[in-house]
Amino acid sequence: MRFHTPKTFEAAVAIAAAASGQTRFLAGGTDVLVQMRAAMVMPDDLIDLKHIPGVKDIARTADGGWQIGIAVSGAELGRHAGIGADWPGVVEGMQLVGSTQVQGRATLVGNLCNGSPAADSVPAMVAAGARLSVIGPQGSRDVAVEDIPAGPGRTTLKPGEVVTAVTLPPRGQNGGDAYLRFIPRTEMDIAVVGVAVNLRLEGDKITEARIALGAVAPKILLVPQAAQAIIGSTLDDAAMDALSAAAVAASTPISDKRGTAAFRKDIVGVLVKRAARIAYERAKGAAK
Amino acid sequence: MPKDDLKTGYRIVGTRPDRPDGLDKVTGRARYGADISAPGMLHAAVVRSPHAHARIIRIDASKALVLDGVKAVITRADFPTGLTGEDWNLQENTIAGDVALYDGHAVAAVAATSKLLAQDAARLIEVVYEVLPHVIDVDAAMQPDAPVIRAGTADHSVPEGMHPNVVKYIDFGHGDLEAGFAAADLVRAQTYKTEATHQGYIEPHACLGQMGADGKGEMWVCTQGQWYIRRMCSAVLGTDASQLRVTPSEIGGGFGGKTTIFMEPLALALSRKAGGRPVKLVMSRAEVLRATGPTASASMDVKLGMKADGTLTAAQVNFRMQGGAFIGSSPVGEALSCALACYTIPAVHHEGYEVLANRPKAAAYRAPGSPMAAFAVESLLDEMCRELGLDPLAVRLKNAAREGAKASYGPTYNRIGLVETLEATMAHANLKVPLGPNQGRGVASGFWFNHGGETSVSLAIGEDGTVTVSVGTPDIGGSRASLGMMTAETLGIPYEAVRVNIVETGALGVNEPTHGSRATFASGLAAVEAAKQAIKTMCARAAAEWGIDADAVEWIDGAAAPAGPNAGKFPPMSIAEIGAKMGSTGGPISGHHEVTAGGFGASFGAHVVDVEVDPETGRTTVLRYLVVQDAGRAIHPAYVEGQYHGGAVQGIGWALNEEYVYGADGRLQNTVFLDYRIPVASDLPMIDTVIVEVPNPGHPYGVRGVGETGITPPLPALANAIAAATGARLRSLPMSPPKVLAAIKAKANGQG
Repeated sequence: MRFHTPKTFEAAVAIAAAASGQTRFLAGGTDVLVQMRAAMVMPDDLIDLKHIPGVKDIARTADGGWQIGIAVSGAELGRHAGIGADWPGVVEGMQLVGSTQVQGRATLVGNLCNGSPAADSVPAMVAAGARLSVIGPQGSRDVAVEDIPAGPGRTTLKPGEVVTAVTLPPRGQNGGDAYLRFIPRTEMDIAVVGVAVNLRLEGDKITEARIALGAVAPKILLVPQAAQAIIGSTLDDAAMDALSAAAVAASTPISDKRGTAAFRKDIVGVLVKRAARIAYERAKGAAK
Repeated sequence: MPKDDLKTGYRIVGTRPDRPDGLDKVTGRARYGADISAPGMLHAAVVRSPHAHARIIRIDASKALVLDGVKAVITRADFPTGLTGEDWNLQENTIAGDVALYDGHAVAAVAATSKLLAQDAARLIEVVYEVLPHVIDVDAAMQPDAPVIRAGTADHSVPEGMHPNVVKYIDFGHGDLEAGFAAADLVRAQTYKTEATHQGYIEPHACLGQMGADGKGEMWVCTQGQWYIRRMCSAVLGTDASQLRVTPSEIGGGFGGKTTIFMEPLALALSRKAGGRPVKLVMSRAEVLRATGPTASASMDVKLGMKADGTLTAAQVNFRMQGGAFIGSSPVGEALSCALACYTIPAVHHEGYEVLANRPKAAAYRAPGSPMAAFAVESLLDEMCRELGLDPLAVRLKNAAREGAKASYGPTYNRIGLVETLEATMAHANLKVPLGPNQGRGVASGFWFNHGGETSVSLAIGEDGTVTVSVGTPDIGGSRASLGMMTAETLGIPYEAVRVNIVETGALGVNEPTHGSRATFASGLAAVEAAKQAIKTMCARAAAEWGIDADAVEWIDGAAAPAGPNAGKFPPMSIAEIGAKMGSTGGPISGHHEVTAGGFGASFGAHVVDVEVDPETGRTTVLRYLVVQDAGRAIHPAYVEGQYHGGAVQGIGWALNEEYVYGADGRLQNTVFLDYRIPVASDLPMIDTVIVEVPNPGHPYGVRGVGETGITPPLPALANAIAAATGARLRSLPMSPPKVLAAIKAKANGQG
């Protein structure tokens, strides 16, 4: 195995593009190193991105959003007052990843690129409308987070491509987001179901919504039908029932060691209502 | 609440000094199994079967052996043949012969100059398998069409016509069952199932083994019993037990799972083949879960007869347990004996079957068999109390086993404390806390025999009057503290003046492991006797110096003193003074005691748990938990409470989320702690404890042993609480959210 510490993303891309065997990018390493220890992945080239300037930075964008470096840890994200105020759902999703120790290293982009349908930070990023800057042998591009997952352990990133930053859009007025997951314990577990809801109000009425589901399909889903079920409503009982039904209908889960398909369908219908309620209350709070 | 005629008012017994191993453990200075290294050491890796049941056609290690740094590869061909009985089982489980019997069964091992190299080499060892049909579930393994795991294993107890996987049958009881059920106002019968669970000790198995061609060897190992390691490794390797010296490391949890061998002979065999270089072998968590000894899974029928006032009239249990592919590994006998032990019932009958399955060889796990049995019996008892509108604790008290009663498993009870335990439970404030919506309260009783066993302890007086105690029972629950306290109490010296060492196999006679909650009981009893012997010697030394009769000297507050004015007027001679001049007064002073300790006393417990169940997700939150248990005498109450906490927590895990999950291919699916869901700290409330003290007359300080009973009541207590919260009765463990939600839905649909 060759271990690389490039100082620029361009250099990282050059190393990856020239590699012929298995390549892995290393940021927090909380998935890659564990997989190496378990002999699930034995990379020929391991490219550490943490030596690239700026990868630990969090910055306001010109339009009032946030740009987050690819090596910013969950713990650093959790301590950032500005992002926590704008996007509490994204922060709480990321902070559910692993233990306190893991939080010191785990990153948003690592959680995304690991390709798990159960990744906790990804539904909230999708619901928020987060976007990625990607650089590769063919140049740079900008891509929505929901377009990255391709299936368990797979992404749509092309060989040699590397993510250089995550951008959260401006929060704007009267918005709220939330992420909830179901696990049988209280921590240190993998989501059996994950649900993120992001919405905006005008008075008591929902005018915009994005809803993303985790662990109920081969990849994390953005479900417009679920959003439609609550747009125009005040989250009354009928809207809640329609929301639940839409989330259940969009889910195509499997049965595995973490839960049965039938159970996951039941839970996604419950959790989406609870997450919507929290997001709604946060938006109301923001509207004060 | 001492209720005894033994001496009270101790100086040290019953206090809470710092544990002697505490600082080492919190500073990282304690040396665990994997912390031991030696010059020239090699590292080992094990090749394990990926199949639940497969014939081994060929093993080709040629690609591994050509790697620079690979020093030895072993297979079953490197072990002696002709072993019988449990020795053969141990050898077969250490390394597969013709057939791999479970997913994770070792088939070869390699030693190399680094761990990474050993792991690379292990991947290069090619094994050709012929996959055979397998069976995992205990009931399925008894069916006529089940694959035969090993024909001819069954012993003489098995009735004719049963499947060859049924290898042991047990049948006992007393009283007129028919008359008992006829006398009942309510007779109910139900079937219960529990899944295999692992002890979940944090420290994986680890050892460093060295053995020369002459069969002389050394082993440093994480174990509950160094003499068991010595005997078992020697049997598997065909060497003499006394030529192997085994030193126990500090231990990061055992709970019964480290009372036997798994991979230790592999390290010795690799060393022997690698020219005597020491070999370190450390399991990964996945290896621990796949290839060490979880507890059995069980399928159990229970039938109880009860009068309208709650009096039990008859009980019948029929248990089926698998403990892997080896006879004698399931605790079905213990389960039967514990099942009805809390109650005095005129007619009881027990039947049990041990069944082979393609799973790892089960090992002991905290009160082996008792938790499953309690789940079945205590759940049905609760159902019947509800049906008759009776208070479940009052019914338990009405039927409670008492001193002089014939136990369900045969003997007559000596002094026991179930009644006192239940009375303390009923008086506890937790029972008066009002419950809210979706909340429920469950109670259950539990029992464990406790154990004495082969024990050898030595004690030596130092030149400064401080004392070392050498014991053979590894400290898995604070026993160094409790042994030091009892020794200091007996000698009349400060606790800090005693050091308790866990010693290697060359230093004492044979000791059984720390199992059966016996360390504080049996090593404690022997330490007290050894101290008394040393006291006798010290009194004799003082008597000789004073020129009086040895009988005229008594031991008071850590010093020899003339026994009364007639003995003569001499100032007391302290242990320090005696120690300082012992070289010139007759030589070193020590005490020693060895015994197969009888006189152990059973410990009963009662637990009360409050839960809240989310009716939409089936998720159970433990709100409140109370453990009440008879300790006999709590030498160090904080460690007794720790044992109560630990038993409750492991039971909560077993009840709610822990299980061995197998795929259709017979492979274990959840081989890491991420998916093998033991409780985490935030899952649990603070656990309330009450130490009941009904001293055991068979121990100088009244000790019973407290380690195991605490895991017995949680399984049924949780089931009873969930039933109270939801109206849904779960008769299969774990009561994980999918199962609880399904039961709630079935109840709502009128199927509950």
